[in-house]
Amino acid sequence: MTEVIQPALTIDALGKKCPIPIIMLAEQINYVPLNAVIAVLADDPAAFTDVPAWCRLKSHRHVGSYELPQGGWSIHVRRNY
Amino acid sequence: MGLVAYFDAASTEPLHPQAREALLAAIDVGWADPARLYGQARRAHLLLEQARTEVAEALGARPDEVSFTSSGTQAVHLGVLGTLHGRRRAGRHLVTSAVEHSSVLHAASLHERGGGTVEIVGVDLRGRVDPAAFTAAVAGPDTGLACLQTANHEVGTLQPVAEVAAACREHGVPLLVDAAQTAGRLPIPEGWSVLTASAHKWGGPAGVGVLAVRKGTRFRSFLPEDERERRRVPGFENVPGIVAAAAALRAMTAEAARERDRLSALVDKIRRTVPEIVPDVEVIGDPVERAPHIVTFSCLYVDGEVLLTELDKAGFAVSSGSSCTASTLRPSHVLEAMGVLTHGNVRVSLPRGASAAEVDRFLAVLPDVVHRIRQDAGVA
Repeated sequence: MTEVIQPALTIDALGKKCPIPIIMLAEQINYVPLNAVIAVLADDPAAFTDVPAWCRLKSHRHVGSYELPQGGWSIHVRRNY
Repeated sequence: MGLVAYFDAASTEPLHPQAREALLAAIDVGWADPARLYGQARRAHLLLEQARTEVAEALGARPDEVSFTSSGTQAVHLGVLGTLHGRRRAGRHLVTSAVEHSSVLHAASLHERGGGTVEIVGVDLRGRVDPAAFTAAVAGPDTGLACLQTANHEVGTLQPVAEVAAACREHGVPLLVDAAQTAGRLPIPEGWSVLTASAHKWGGPAGVGVLAVRKGTRFRSFLPEDERERRRVPGFENVPGIVAAAAALRAMTAEAARERDRLSALVDKIRRTVPEIVPDVEVIGDPVERAPHIVTFSCLYVDGEVLLTELDKAGFAVSSGSSCTASTLRPSHVLEAMGVLTHGNVRVSLPRGASAAEVDRFLAVLPDVVHRIRQDAGVA
């Protein structure tokens, strides 16, 4: 866990159903500097697949998905452009 | 209701006119118990065996290898668990792909709960299993059965059945092939030990499935003893339904070569056009190695249920693997396993006779529907 980069911004999408977490991510990725990491907190199982898929489609980088103690994940995305 | 284009053949193909005719005739003459010895019963028996011969021929099986079930799901349940039961001394390890129909995966869970083991082989971004990975899984010492679909029901991708079948044969492992999406549309691949299919997917009536067990494959039903269908399937046969299923399969198979090229060209058009006219869309599945009639795409930032509702209002019956439209809260296990976008998902599956005009109307309507939903969500 020591290698997990501190995100520049955290989006709380807990309790929100897809596509809302993805919409929030798309809106807010431009608020972080290039190469910074943005974290999406989500507990909709669709987000676990859809955030990495969004990164692939949008050419950003999915850094990793880390389980949260209360359920759900913190899904880290690096802004590429 | 105005003009509705039915684009959900992968859920169920509308009843073929020849099946309807056969069904009505068989209800009158094929109602008696085919296991009895009087005139009406012999008549029902004759109809049943004629249908069995026709279905066997269309699927590349021998008539005595074919049993009729009450559904494709039941055929899979009986096929998976019956083959594992028949081979319980050889091994209790089951190998399957991550994108099989839920009937396979649920049978696998039951097998696991009963003390067996299950290995699920993943797929690539296009939804295809890697034959080498599948073979490696099959090669284990105690594999009782392997299962692989001909084509995926949600994205249409064809699986490497022939390659996997050759590997299974080499390792002495029976292969169950689920042909639900392609029977009547594409030739059945060689090399299966157990074959399952569902009549309502090829234009037959609901309530008829096929379980074919290749001669020499060890099989033992796990259910209480019953004399019907070579002891493989319990219960009184649905003779009129089976007769209609055979008529539909005969008709579909006769038209298949021409119709699959026509439908496949329409699918190609959808695959090509959708990304050109709708921004932020991912067309899913293999563009070439695919079932002729299925195309799936996901629209970013769109709620799948809203999209289906809007398309329904616009006169299109389509399906979706998005979680909000499924009976569970999880998105489709197929889309998850592929690692593709699960929200905003639409599956278009063209029935026999789907017209170019209907497809054009769909392509004309789609961009605006998606745009409006995105606008309402504050994205467009």
